[in-house]
Amino acid sequence: MTLSVRIIPCLDVTDGRVVKGVNFTNLVDAGDPVEMASVYGIEGADELTFLDISASVVGRETTLDVVRRTAEQVFIPLTVGGGIRSVQDVDRLLRAGADKISINTSAIARPELIAEIADRFGAQVLVLSVDARRARTESGFEVTTHGGREGTDIDALAWVEKACALGVGEILLNSMDADGTRAGYDIGMITAVRAVSKVPLIASGGAGTLSDFAAALDAGADALLAASVFHFGIHRISDVKNYLTSHNYPVRVTSPK
Amino acid sequence: MIAILDYGSGNVRSAQRAFATSGMDVVITSDRAVALEAKGLVVPGVGAFAACMQGLNAVDGASIIRERISAERPVLGICIGMQILFSQGSEHAQNAPHTGVGIWDAEVSKLDAPILPHMGWNTVEAAESSDLLAGIEDQFFYFVHSYAAKQAVGQKQSWSTYGERFLAVVEDDYVSATQFHPEKSGDAGLALIKNWTKNL
Repeated sequence: MTLSVRIIPCLDVTDGRVVKGVNFTNLVDAGDPVEMASVYGIEGADELTFLDISASVVGRETTLDVVRRTAEQVFIPLTVGGGIRSVQDVDRLLRAGADKISINTSAIARPELIAEIADRFGAQVLVLSVDARRARTESGFEVTTHGGREGTDIDALAWVEKACALGVGEILLNSMDADGTRAGYDIGMITAVRAVSKVPLIASGGAGTLSDFAAALDAGADALLAASVFHFGIHRISDVKNYLTSHNYPVRVTSPK
Repeated sequence: MIAILDYGSGNVRSAQRAFATSGMDVVITSDRAVALEAKGLVVPGVGAFAACMQGLNAVDGASIIRERISAERPVLGICIGMQILFSQGSEHAQNAPHTGVGIWDAEVSKLDAPILPHMGWNTVEAAESSDLLAGIEDQFFYFVHSYAAKQAVGQKQSWSTYGERFLAVVEDDYVSATQFHPEKSGDAGLALIKNWTKNL
C-alpha cells in the first residue's frame, strides 16, 4: 500500500467554455468543460482542476453551473480556482460540488483569508496556488500575480511557509518561467518548495516529455498537473501512467470496463 | 430510500449523485423522522472533528445514529463521518480529546507521516469477509485526512497504510464506515456504494 502519485489535467474555463488551446479528438464539443472532464475521468485522471478565468460576475455564475454539472457525473475530486475572494465564494463552490478550491491573488492581498477558509471548512479543501518565477529575491523565487505578468517582490519560499502556518492543505506550484514551454517542470523550484513545506505539493508548468513527469516526482512533487500536453493529445493520461508504472512510481491503475 | 444526513458539512451534492447511481432514491436531509425511516443513512463529513460534532449535535445526529443502529437500520459513515462514530478525537484538542458519538470505543488521532494530509488514491488490505469491498479488494480509493483510528474495532476491519497502519473500513453489523471517500473514488467507489445499498 503506497499512496499513488496523482495526474491532474487542468482546464481553463471562461464563461462556461474551455479556452486556451484545446484540440481534443473524439469529442462532439471540445469546448465543453463538463464533457472534457468526463473524458479525462474515463481516461484515468486522478483529479480535475478548473481554473475560472472569467472576467465578469456572469462568467463566474456560469462556472458554478459547470461545477454543478461536472460533479453530477464525474466521481473524482474536483478543484476549482480563480476569482475566489471570500469564505462565501468558497461556500458557494463547495455547495455546487467542488471538493477543493484554490486561491492565489486574494491570499496575497489578504493572507488572513487562508485561516478564515481553513477554520470554516478545514485545510484539506484549500489549495494555495503559487505562481512563481526566478527572480532576485532571497530564495531566488518570486511570487507573481496576473498569470506571471506582475511581480510582487514577495519571496516564494517565505510565502509558502507563511501560508502553511496559516492552514493550507496543499500547494499548487506553477512555474511562470516554464509554463507553456513544454521544456520540463522547474525542478529547482519544486525541490526548494518541497524542502520548506509539509503538505502535498502539486507541480505545474512545463510538462513536455514523459520523463519530465518522473523528474518532478524525483524532486518531491506528490502530484503532477498539466494542461496543453493533454488537451493537444501529445500524451494521454494513460501514456503518463504507463511510463511512470514502468519506472516503478506508484500510480493508480483503473480496471478496463 | 437513502438519506444523507445534512449537518452543514461541505459537498453533499456529489455524495447524493454517487449514491443515486445505485438506483435508489437519495435525499439530503436533517429531518429526524426522514433520517430514522430511510433504508440507509449516510453520515458524510468534511472539516474538523469538533466542528463536525457541533454540526451533528445541532441536528440531534448522535441520537439519530444510535437509534437507527438499535433498530437494526444501516448507517454508513464517510471520512469525518466515520471518525465521529468513535468515542474520542484528538484533532485540535487542547487538553482532553473531543467526545464523539461513541459507537466504537477508540481514539481518532493524528497520522504519523511526514506529509499531511494523506491526500490521494491508496489501496486497502481488505478484510477477507468484507461485504463492502467484495469484488474491489485490489482497487484504489480516494483519501483526504490527517487523522485516523488505529485500533481494531467492530467485526471486520480493512486497513490502509500511510506513515502508519490505520482503519480504512469498519463493518460492524448495521454500522459501517470508510475513511476514504467512495463518492470520489471513481468506479471503485461506485461499486462500494452498490455493495452497501444492495444489502439495505
